[in-house]
Amino acid sequence: MNPTPSQTVGPFFGFALPFEDDANAVAAHAANAVRVEGQVLDGAEEPVPDALLEVWNGEQFARCRTDTEGAFHFTLSKPEAAASAAPFLNVTVFARGLLRHLCTRIYFPDERAANEADPVLARVEPRRRHTLVARQDAGALHFDVHLQGDDETVFFAL
Amino acid sequence: MSELEPEGFEPPYLHPDYRSSVLRAPRRELVRLPHEWFHHVPGPSFGRIPVKPADADLTRQHQGEPVGERIIVTGQVLDSDGRPVRHTLVEVWQANAAGRYLDPVDEHPAPLDPNFTGAGRCLTDADGRYRFVTVKPGAYPWRNHANAWRPAHIHFSLFGTTLASRLVTQMYFPGDPLMPYDPILNSIPDPRGRELLVARFDLNTTVPEWALGYRWDIVLRGRNATPADDR
Repeated sequence: MNPTPSQTVGPFFGFALPFEDDANAVAAHAANAVRVEGQVLDGAEEPVPDALLEVWNGEQFARCRTDTEGAFHFTLSKPEAAASAAPFLNVTVFARGLLRHLCTRIYFPDERAANEADPVLARVEPRRRHTLVARQDAGALHFDVHLQGDDETVFFAL
Repeated sequence: MSELEPEGFEPPYLHPDYRSSVLRAPRRELVRLPHEWFHHVPGPSFGRIPVKPADADLTRQHQGEPVGERIIVTGQVLDSDGRPVRHTLVEVWQANAAGRYLDPVDEHPAPLDPNFTGAGRCLTDADGRYRFVTVKPGAYPWRNHANAWRPAHIHFSLFGTTLASRLVTQMYFPGDPLMPYDPILNSIPDPRGRELLVARFDLNTTVPEWALGYRWDIVLRGRNATPADDR
């Protein structure tokens, strides 16, 4: 059967899709909790104020609408490293202007050796891999989503 | 390109007629993961999103009833292998009968309805069926091009079970004269793909003396699906 085609989430989802405490899959003080902050930017490096991100790791799920500055944040547990893969968070990006959603991953900056051995990162051109690795900021990880441009984030086919 | 999925059934990321896509569509090739990873990555777990039985009736969320044509929208959620997708979350949102969203970003000078929020949730049943009661949304203008109007539509968000099954889309109404002019619907190249987004009027779903019925079945990517073309 043919899958139902995708359409954009549009600009007017902010009254419907957010839910209470949606950005926090775990409490900030929970063991292994990581806070990730970032911005969604378009091809002119302008903030995208009408994007919705979903981030998940196993049973943990967070949803965050970007604010007027294109900024988002969420708190999840850092996943355990698997046998032959670096830990990562799954990210889905919806926005006005995106006729289909985008799928990417956040890898951790303190997992250099595991990242170098990771089979998914190995499929990404070396000069683009940094777009998938968060950067350590004071008290939080930082991860921007560049929809276009020299630093366009690596997105995976769905 | 999949054998199961004919070319042109999904919109491209870049569709210049839809102006917002120009600076937001990724320009680089999407990175493909091997099929076995694609199918084994579980999708997001939506269990934290609150859903109550009352959330499926958008006409009963306030003291009075909303203005507009009362409708029932129902259908079955299947995966592309033909199996019902049971107990999955369906979220809907829409404009009111006058074509105005409650969302503060919406500046269309049409009236808000104090008795209508326009957001609903439900879980599919054991046969993958969902059912919402609502009012028919109105068309509304937008600034994409001169005299641009969106056809009446209801937004849908579905999870399914895998990374590949997540879907956000829009359902349209049969016979809407605005559909041929809509760059968002017409971003789907193949008319057969566009038809998959149009509900059908269903006299059997219609409740006499009370509400008109529409049927719209939804197909999520299943285990045998392959990644969509990444134009």
